[in-house]
Amino acid sequence: MKNWKLITTPLSKENPITVQVLGICSCLAVTAQLKPAVFMAVSVTVVVVLSNLIISLLRNTIPPRIRIIVQLVVVSMLVILVDQFLKAFFFDVSKQLSVYVSLIITNCIVMGRLEAFAMSNKPGPSVLDGIGNGLGYSVILIILGFVRELFGSGTLWGYPVLSAIGYENNGLMIMPPMALILVGIIIWIQRSKDKELQEK
Amino acid sequence: MKLREWIDKIKPNFVEGGKFPWLKSTFEAFETFAFTPKDTTTRGSHIRDAADMKRTMITVVIALLPALFFGMWNVGHQYALTTGEVMGFWAKFWFGFIRMLPLIVVSYVVGLAIEFMFAQIRGHEVNEGYLVTGIIIPMIVPISTPLWQLAIAVAFAVVIGKEVFGGTGMNFMNPALIARAFLFFSYPTHMSGDAVWISAKHFGDALTGATPLGEAMTSTAASGSEMIASMKYSALEMFLGTVPGSIGETSTVAILIGACILLMSGIASWRIMLSVVLGGGCMGLLFNAIGANAYMQLPFYYHFIMGGFAFGTVFMATDPVTSAQTNCGKWIYGFLIGAMAVLIRVLNPAYPEGMMLAILLMNCFAPLIDHCVVASNISYRKKRAQAQLKK
Repeated sequence: MKNWKLITTPLSKENPITVQVLGICSCLAVTAQLKPAVFMAVSVTVVVVLSNLIISLLRNTIPPRIRIIVQLVVVSMLVILVDQFLKAFFFDVSKQLSVYVSLIITNCIVMGRLEAFAMSNKPGPSVLDGIGNGLGYSVILIILGFVRELFGSGTLWGYPVLSAIGYENNGLMIMPPMALILVGIIIWIQRSKDKELQEK
Repeated sequence: MKLREWIDKIKPNFVEGGKFPWLKSTFEAFETFAFTPKDTTTRGSHIRDAADMKRTMITVVIALLPALFFGMWNVGHQYALTTGEVMGFWAKFWFGFIRMLPLIVVSYVVGLAIEFMFAQIRGHEVNEGYLVTGIIIPMIVPISTPLWQLAIAVAFAVVIGKEVFGGTGMNFMNPALIARAFLFFSYPTHMSGDAVWISAKHFGDALTGATPLGEAMTSTAASGSEMIASMKYSALEMFLGTVPGSIGETSTVAILIGACILLMSGIASWRIMLSVVLGGGCMGLLFNAIGANAYMQLPFYYHFIMGGFAFGTVFMATDPVTSAQTNCGKWIYGFLIGAMAVLIRVLNPAYPEGMMLAILLMNCFAPLIDHCVVASNISYRKKRAQAQLKK
């Protein structure tokens, strides 16, 4: 039950994007279309889960003074692996995501989970925590990618949906500011539903 | 039955314990719209100015009327000029009126519906802020703007620009300009270019005709004087407003009449208006001095009469909610709006009109300007007090 919560709370009450407001940069940059958003979401989830696992295994051997360096080395290794994988098998998406795959290294969610959870918990819960936070990030990214591609380009995953019925594209939707506004709207909806999140 | 009696008769339905208590603020809004309410304050006494929000807003609407009526006539006038059709004064006015009316209706219906909805949900009164925004929005868009786009823009502006921050008086950006910015970035083909400013016979279609700003932007003239010679409209025409453009913005004369009403009633700040003009003038003179291309050599006063500079100065920059509050801050705020607007016009090839972006940008900075003014005043007075203590 406790372990199950590790997965569910990051989806709602401790969502990395809407509550902790981490990882905003990539969420604005890659969500103009659904496809790159999904790939980004999967990449970040993989990196969070694996880095949580590795750091959690190493946690008793890492000297506290150099722990950030060690974390960075582990995270960058994983990010390079993901980057190479995307380049090898999904070259077009990799080109679309451009620098943002490498920038997962600086994604606050990854470092945040390592510091806050993996450094002081066993590998099992750490993996679950990674999955939870990865999914929490993914949910928001996919919602944004869906809405922005649907209303900004009239397509979904590159296939015409609204544009097939004569929809006029909304140029603002594919600009990064609109992603920020949409995140704001998601936060608004979430807070109005969940009284615990409201500040008095 | 008299309206008053009817309202009194249905009133019990809307108070606590009545049939529709959740419609209370809607009822109140209509009641106070029709009559001055008899209610008096029950707790304590308050000193109130005669110019409450309702009177303030109505004064602004009255100040907008000259520009609005001129705009309606000008829509017909531009149509007659472009097509060569011979039309009388009233025919032109009527032509513009029936094309303008749907825009106004859509703007008010959508905007007020959202305002009422939020007032019900939040349980506060419907206030009058939207009366002004609702008339300004149709005045700052091209006449051929599709109604559904206008509706989306109004909804976006009222919800994201105003209600998320808590409604009238809480917004930090001008809602009318947010609506325009939304249209500008969402549907650029309907908001800029040559084929949107002049209404065609068929409703919603447009004829081709560049605005003075568009001409200045695309001009290939070698010098400023050549540019003036190549322009279709003279400075006098731009001043009078018989040129294409957004409906309310073309006539500097009509806007000046509005400015007089606002200044005499003390509703708008003369500091802001003056400093915007000063800022635009200084920037224009600076460009004149540099004179690197034809646009820079264009006499500085052209910036006052082209495009939305005058309208923005009088009606948008002076918005008491979103402008700077301190007197010193108002000078800085206004000056930077004027300077920024001319800067964007002349140097940025993507945006022919800089006024909208300049005002929105300075809206964001207004709280910071106020903070700096207040902080520097505090530190100045502290130093003065300490100096006196030492004596």
